[in-house]
Amino acid sequence: MDITLKIAGEAGQGLQTMGQLLAKAFSRGGWHVFANQVLQSRIRGGHNWFQIRIADSPVLAHSDATDILIALDDESVYHTRELNESSIIIFDSSLITYNPERGLILDIPFEKTAKENGGNKLMGNAVALGAVLGILEYDINILFGLLRESFQDKNPEVVQANIQTAQAGYNLARLKIESKKFPRLNKTNGVPKMLMNGSETIALGALAAGCKFISAYPMSPSTGIMTYLASKAKEFNLIVEQAEDEIASINLALGASYAGVRAMTATSGGGFALMVEGLSLSGMTETPIVIVDAQRPGPATGLPTRTAQEDLEYVIYAGGGESPRAVVAPLTIEDAFYLTAKAFNLADKYQIPVIILSDQLLADSYVTVDSFDVESLKIERHILSDEELKNIKNYKRYQITDSGISPRALPGNPYGLVVADSDEHDEEGHITEDVDWTRPEMVKKRNRKTAGLLKEMSGPIRYGPPEAKNILVGWGSSYGALKEAVDILNSEKEKVSLAHFNQVWPLPKEYFDFLDTAEFVCVAENNFRGQFAHLIAGETGKVIQNRINKFNGLPFSAVEIVREYKKLKNSL
Amino acid sequence: MMLDLNSFGKFETAWCPGCGDFGILEALKDALVKLNLEPHKIVLVSGIGQAAKLPHYLYANVFNGLHGRAIPAATGIKMANNKLAVLVTSGDGDIYGEGGNHLIHAIRRNINITVIVHNNQVYALTKGQASPTSDLGYVTKVQPQGVIDEPIHPLTMSIALGAGFVARGFAGDKEHLSLMIQEGVKHRGLAVIDVLQWCVTFNKKNNFAWYKKRIYKLGPEYDSSDKTKALEKSLEWGDRIPLGIIYKNGRPSFEEAYGLPKDKALVNEEIEPGKVSLALKEFL
Repeated sequence: MDITLKIAGEAGQGLQTMGQLLAKAFSRGGWHVFANQVLQSRIRGGHNWFQIRIADSPVLAHSDATDILIALDDESVYHTRELNESSIIIFDSSLITYNPERGLILDIPFEKTAKENGGNKLMGNAVALGAVLGILEYDINILFGLLRESFQDKNPEVVQANIQTAQAGYNLARLKIESKKFPRLNKTNGVPKMLMNGSETIALGALAAGCKFISAYPMSPSTGIMTYLASKAKEFNLIVEQAEDEIASINLALGASYAGVRAMTATSGGGFALMVEGLSLSGMTETPIVIVDAQRPGPATGLPTRTAQEDLEYVIYAGGGESPRAVVAPLTIEDAFYLTAKAFNLADKYQIPVIILSDQLLADSYVTVDSFDVESLKIERHILSDEELKNIKNYKRYQITDSGISPRALPGNPYGLVVADSDEHDEEGHITEDVDWTRPEMVKKRNRKTAGLLKEMSGPIRYGPPEAKNILVGWGSSYGALKEAVDILNSEKEKVSLAHFNQVWPLPKEYFDFLDTAEFVCVAENNFRGQFAHLIAGETGKVIQNRINKFNGLPFSAVEIVREYKKLKNSL
Repeated sequence: MMLDLNSFGKFETAWCPGCGDFGILEALKDALVKLNLEPHKIVLVSGIGQAAKLPHYLYANVFNGLHGRAIPAATGIKMANNKLAVLVTSGDGDIYGEGGNHLIHAIRRNINITVIVHNNQVYALTKGQASPTSDLGYVTKVQPQGVIDEPIHPLTMSIALGAGFVARGFAGDKEHLSLMIQEGVKHRGLAVIDVLQWCVTFNKKNNFAWYKKRIYKLGPEYDSSDKTKALEKSLEWGDRIPLGIIYKNGRPSFEEAYGLPKDKALVNEEIEPGKVSLALKEFL
């Protein structure tokens, strides 16, 4: 069982609310859900959609096909190409004109039905939701429960009216749909699952890591992180500060981190540009920080609400001077939780900036998750205790060490002053221009940390038949689509495996040993230039010519990868 | 522990002989002694410039950050540990120019830090360009026809933004400046202290004698709580330049408004990752 529902319409018509309610209705019924949104950067109008894929086994990407389309505007005709003969299109012919070439039409007067059943015209959306559940014979009580929860702040009559109108939509759909071919979901698929988006899992990962501070400037698609953390600030004793700009965001966070709390900031490509000097300040003062870059297509303002993997080389190389950093790129919404926790540990242990490369696909999509192993996470601060400090004579914040990591104390302790400087500094942290010894030793000390860091990274996730000589390579949030593409190709007797990276900097050479025995390798990325392929070439000298690059702002689908893979293979 | 000036040490500096920065450093040490703040309880935060080197010349915790970014860094430090006395010490180019946006929003935020601006009306470390406070007509190699941009009036701007504590001192009057710093530190909320300072190398116009002739101290009859009068007073610049607390109000600090516990610093708060399991239930 694997079906896709799509709600299409203008911004302001309630797509997001409807989509979230529907997605949650199925995750509560134990189904596996992957939901993503394609939005224009506007508050009203335009054409947007929210698509929900429901399956009886895990799904991590969207599908190109649409089985049930709720069309709320004339432009929904755009989706006709995704329909097949058995697709169902729900719309209200009194509101829009739509003559689809394929599929079954279910004309439901949303507003009229709402009004006839004790609701107002705004409740037409509840009619539509009820109709979808009616088609699938899904347990509508789950939806009623969700409506009660989401309207609990309003008066009981509003809740009741929504419930009645949804029921009316359900009944109408049952009356009108005769097709027996459509899958029925009248049974649950096990216990309720959590439904969460990538912004939420990053925020939860930060909370699990003991993050106490986030300062950020709102920027799509990163804002969800700050929003979620703000809702938990009281409960977790957390400071959430909306800064005046991204420069302030990162400097606020660095100040907080210097003073000893785990601190982070989040932005997208444009805001990251403003943070770059702060990033190198983190490198110079060896102040830990976690920075989320939720990528969107650029350059400059680009497509604010769409997705891309265009900032990889940028975040690895940005900043004046040379100092180590780590970059992680979550594979999935679930992975983002664990990688965020890891990012905080790496930042503290190596006293470096750690960047989490998210993107709009990861940030705004919803997926079902069974559980998180919170217990397995360890918080490792690497900060000197007062006991340890007491025994150190002449504490030096930037003591030269073999590992490059200097002992970290916090300001306020009575045993040693903590002096940090963005200028080149001596071991005590004071400004110096000694170019004979101090400067070169400090450069070496800072960069020595890379050796340790390389050992902390994990290699690619391998999926598919281990003996396969055809290898698909990817990184970050495209994992779901690539993994599914590997399944499709193998089912068609093409032996392919996947090597997918979620830790992209620094990159140990040996992670690419698999290339030596491969016969056909192809790198798929959501960018134009093939940035990860560049990195591989730069780090290993191995140039991979076969590339699948998508850069229109939309994520990959598995079918698309399969098609492009075959094209490349056949052109050999 | 009894503090005296020696508690803060003596260091070699990179300042020009006769620089106004020496007076500010001495006044700051005097204020810290009188406030009985031990070096480890203080964080001095600065940006870049000659003034911003001050934190290296006395015993204290130091965060010498980026040009223009001292205020956000100081704000982060104070938010994370409200037990620390956090003072910013940087120049006019740093605070009013490069970091102007941060000053504006720091005033709105009103966190309990003290911002001391060494205002010599010139960019000295980059060898003598106009600063945001340079007088009209001031000639430099980059402004050969003289400055044509209206100078910033930092005190007027601060008062207009609702700052809780706005004062002016003079690098040549250590005793008075020390008093301004002490009052600024004691004030609950952001304190802006603009310090008039001569530059022996690059500002030949606004030199020691120029200031000495013009400055006067506000007397006890002056009412620093009257915002309208304070705005007027802050604009007095020319033959007579007032020193003292120009404006003061009792608006709540960030800490009070945000509801941060008074007795416990954020850095000492319990970390409870176990609570995440509860938060996860909300996603079912």
